[in-house]
Amino acid sequence: MTLPEGWELVVGMEVHTELLTKSKLFCGCENHFGSEPNTNICPICLGLPGSLPVLNKDAVELAMRIGMALNCTIAPSTFHRKNYFYPDQSKDYQISQYDLPINSNGFLNLPDGSQVTIERAHMEEDTGKSTHLGGSGRLAGADRSLVDYNRCGVPLVEIVSGPDIRSSEQARAYAAELRGILIATGASDGRLEEGSMRFDANVSVRKTGDPLGTRCEIKNLNSLRSLQRAIDYEAARQVELILEGGTVRQETRHWDEGLGETSTLRVKEDAEDYRYFREPDLTELVPDQPWQDRVRAALPPMPAARRAKLLERIPGATKAQEDAVAVVIDLDLEGYVNAAADAGAEIAIAVSRAANELAAGIDTLSNLTTDAFTQTVLMEAKGELSATQSKVVLGELLANGGDPKKIAAEKGFEQMSSDSLGATIDDIISKNPDEWQRYKDGDDKLSQFFVGQAMKQTQGKANGKAVIAELQLRK
Amino acid sequence: MSSPLSRDDVAKVAKLARLRLTEEELTTFTGQLSGVLEHANDMNSLDLSALEPTSNPFGLTNVTREDVIWKSLDREAVLAEAPDAQDGRFAVPRILGEAP
Repeated sequence: MTLPEGWELVVGMEVHTELLTKSKLFCGCENHFGSEPNTNICPICLGLPGSLPVLNKDAVELAMRIGMALNCTIAPSTFHRKNYFYPDQSKDYQISQYDLPINSNGFLNLPDGSQVTIERAHMEEDTGKSTHLGGSGRLAGADRSLVDYNRCGVPLVEIVSGPDIRSSEQARAYAAELRGILIATGASDGRLEEGSMRFDANVSVRKTGDPLGTRCEIKNLNSLRSLQRAIDYEAARQVELILEGGTVRQETRHWDEGLGETSTLRVKEDAEDYRYFREPDLTELVPDQPWQDRVRAALPPMPAARRAKLLERIPGATKAQEDAVAVVIDLDLEGYVNAAADAGAEIAIAVSRAANELAAGIDTLSNLTTDAFTQTVLMEAKGELSATQSKVVLGELLANGGDPKKIAAEKGFEQMSSDSLGATIDDIISKNPDEWQRYKDGDDKLSQFFVGQAMKQTQGKANGKAVIAELQLRK
Repeated sequence: MSSPLSRDDVAKVAKLARLRLTEEELTTFTGQLSGVLEHANDMNSLDLSALEPTSNPFGLTNVTREDVIWKSLDREAVLAEAPDAQDGRFAVPRILGEAP
């Protein structure tokens, strides 16, 4: 989407991610999505009198991994109480980091070459989940809320970007790249639909060159698509409001995916209204150099480095191949691709099959061994299977596992001998003399016509490359 | 020295803490809270430039625990202590609006 001439969009992102620890941030209750309500609660996460929080060491190390992956400075940090009255925290405050976050001053490079600064990536605890019962709720006439504290105290890292994003497409690319990084660090499962990763977008508009405009914070963005749509909607709303002589009010707005609109949730409170003060029950966190070095040594390679490494094996990769490589890395499929390529198969075929057929069958990927994938791709690369047949074999392997050679035989995908293919080609040429003449005269586009005819006559058994080779022999 | 705290300041702090104060209480607490702040201000007359800021008296850092799961509380026992419960959840008066 583009704004009217002379207007500029400015977006900053706040991304919350739950950390993949076994236990909660300050107590030993299980950090688990989907347990029966209020079965993972204790005096600490309920904030009962006399209970004392103790910081989870693994949560700290995952937060440090995130900071390192985002090129942040890791510094001594403290915890604060953010005070507010709302039943999603039974102790009426959330333990968070305020003026001294563990990670600050980083950056994230996006695949398009742009860079987004990371202001901070701090630790905090998640809140409980409330269900509102009302007139239309489950219980007629009830007017109350029900609270489940299982999520309360689950470790979170909040990643705050600078106001560097200039389009909804860039916001989406940022969110996607960040998600890949969070998964690669082992800090997050990146599950947007379960809310383990959540986006908020701070959106403002300005006349190009003007100071920053008043921003609105957009919440309830549950997918990359809704993030992009909501930013487009909100930017257009703000420009229209200003052009009509109005002013943008700083507020929190709720994205409604069905209506495709944002609406006012609440007018933003001043930061000081949370009455932040140091959490007196927690000590300072000082990750010294040996600790940082240990964490850094265990940091797996990030998606950008993995993409670059795989692309090194495909010199002169097309844009489509670059996109396919991005899918392969995103879905953690490079083990398959590298195994096939190491065995001598054409890597372009391996990448394409992984980015398409394996991506489509990702839920049953455990049925497919790297060896079976390698054999299938090798058969396709050698011309023993056509592309169509190779896809069918992979589909069968993903569904039920098995031996690719056996599956190919069972499906009747035996290799066409060059003799029988040659006979087929001769037959097609004799039936299509005009097309053959034009092809011979140099109209290479017609090769696809002959491949199509050959596929038709052989019910898809012919290999496209073999057909073209046969055509060229006869030219 | 004028009072470091106005009645409006105290009214705002009370509102944020969800305290309902009468006019009389507001006067009383403005005086008392001002006294506390003035006492703290006395320290500004001391030269503390040689001292490191102290956030806790123990001198401890990096107090952490291993990431180990413990047994959580029995839900029915916990909910029995709550003013109200329904469907395994704490029941509270309906809150209008969203969490901060």
